[in-house]
Amino acid sequence: MSRLTAPSGPGRVEPRWVRAVRGASRPRGGSRATNPAPRRPGGWTPWLYVAPALLVLGGLLVYPVYQLGLISFMEYTQAQVSGGEPTRFRGLANYTELFADDQFRQVLLATVGFAAACVLCTLAVGCALAVLLTRVRAVPRLALLLAALGAWATPTITGSTVWLFLFDPDFGPVDRLLGIGDFSWTYGRYSAFLLVLLEVVWCSFPFVMVTVYAGIRAVPAEILEAAALDGASSWRIWRSVLAPALRPILVIVTVQSVIWDFKVFTQIYVMTGGGGIAGQNLVLNVYAYQKAFASSQYGLGSAIGVVTLLILLAITLGYLRLLRRQGEEL
Amino acid sequence: MSVVRGRAVRRPWRLAAEATALLVAAVVAFPLYWMLLGALKPAGEIESTEPRPWTASPSLDSFRRVFEQQEFGRYFVNSLVVAVSVVIASALIAFLAATAVTRFRFRFRTTLLVMFLVAQMVPVEALTIPLFFLMRDLGQLNTLGSLILPHIAFSLPFAIWMLRGFVKAVPESLEEAAYLDGASRARFLWRILLPLVLPGLVATSVFSFISAWNDFLFAKSFIISDTSQSTLPMALLVFYKPDEPDWGGVMAASTVMTVPVLVFFVLVQRRLVSGLGGAVKD
Repeated sequence: MSRLTAPSGPGRVEPRWVRAVRGASRPRGGSRATNPAPRRPGGWTPWLYVAPALLVLGGLLVYPVYQLGLISFMEYTQAQVSGGEPTRFRGLANYTELFADDQFRQVLLATVGFAAACVLCTLAVGCALAVLLTRVRAVPRLALLLAALGAWATPTITGSTVWLFLFDPDFGPVDRLLGIGDFSWTYGRYSAFLLVLLEVVWCSFPFVMVTVYAGIRAVPAEILEAAALDGASSWRIWRSVLAPALRPILVIVTVQSVIWDFKVFTQIYVMTGGGGIAGQNLVLNVYAYQKAFASSQYGLGSAIGVVTLLILLAITLGYLRLLRRQGEEL
Repeated sequence: MSVVRGRAVRRPWRLAAEATALLVAAVVAFPLYWMLLGALKPAGEIESTEPRPWTASPSLDSFRRVFEQQEFGRYFVNSLVVAVSVVIASALIAFLAATAVTRFRFRFRTTLLVMFLVAQMVPVEALTIPLFFLMRDLGQLNTLGSLILPHIAFSLPFAIWMLRGFVKAVPESLEEAAYLDGASRARFLWRILLPLVLPGLVATSVFSFISAWNDFLFAKSFIISDTSQSTLPMALLVFYKPDEPDWGGVMAASTVMTVPVLVFFVLVQRRLVSGLGGAVKD
């Protein structure tokens, strides 16, 4: 309390350097004792401020998660929804049924593989273009930024339909350009996944590019120049200078991408017509949707949802541990 | 000497980099160009097996078809109502919560922050089933409320997480000065802090807007019988019949759906970049 008002009298403006020193010491201030920032113990006020958020999240996020878990242990089909039959507790039966199901295991594998491929491609493209942005003058930079912004802003569903049109075997320009006649991209399993992957990368690399670009610009130019003068190659500069400095940003961007790409629904649903021929392009989310809303097996669908949730939770916890190891203050 | 040589070596590289950047920009922008082109091409040209990257006789027929055949205007308004409600509600709630966790020290503060982070990771799509039953019990099925409520909840954690940086950036001394001048807590919150954090709020709202505007799964699952409550994604799919897609209609509808987001993005893009930087650096 004493340090709070000591340097300057009440109402007087502090000298700029005092504020600068305080501001600089705050983020890494460490323990409470050395941190003079007047983060007041506000009694009930902070709880009043978070109350609306907690209320909304509790009702529309926590409670549904609890319900999801509950339904996944139940026999819950059309008969139970309409009230014709009572819900029955099945224990782990839904889960054993799932893991005995060949298709589910295949879908699980496809989801992991597809998400991994999407994340790798998105990160590679995003980081490469972020570096490229730092190498060019204003006009090409603006052009690339604007184009990326356009791709970013495109709603998922219109992105899906436009890419379908681009790759349409009859009227699309891509097949003409590649000279492959009327090749149907959505017919084969892997070509359909590739098509969706291209669309996903197209609409998600801008986030990576813009974020990483903002991060690179925060790296002091002298360091980069020194490295360049010492004859370091672009790759070497990236690996030894930029990547370490950008690590916190890269971690965030990677985890966000993993989460987004793991949850892909609209693209698969629209581009492969609900999961592809005989379900060859199903991913977990679409599979859960089909199980629940197309064949009314809400219990099974919920069990799939729980599996997705657990996988993402594991990734989140790993992410939190990474953050803590880096000593980030929350 | 060495400087001059360095420049001579670097110059072609920079030109190559700039050429690459322009080429990539063209490739990235091409789908959007093709969408607009497809919307403007007359019917005969779009169903041509020799697609040309230009059109000699642009027409608004596809747009006319979109706005006439379906209740497209209504869906557009519905989508707008959902997105704007979500943006305003989540911005206000997130602002309060972000203020609480950055400007106060209280028990469970860190726990709350971790909770918000974990909440951000919850896959929306996995919750469709319980939310369906919840909305049914609340009597919200087939209403826009069934789309607004979940999206407020889902955009909150990220909004709080991102706003934190902006609220933190407002100097503490300002807060003290306000109290010394006799401002109440509420006055400080709404009259001083809110205007200062507004740029951050705008950047944050882009994400809420997009998630609500993009919503396809909830619209598909919760608006089941009352099509007057449908939103744009569902309307777009009307034109996309699996065997005989009306590509002109699809492209025109896609354009109508993309333009508002593009406008919004261009308006806030400066704040977006700095906002992301702030959220990431803190």
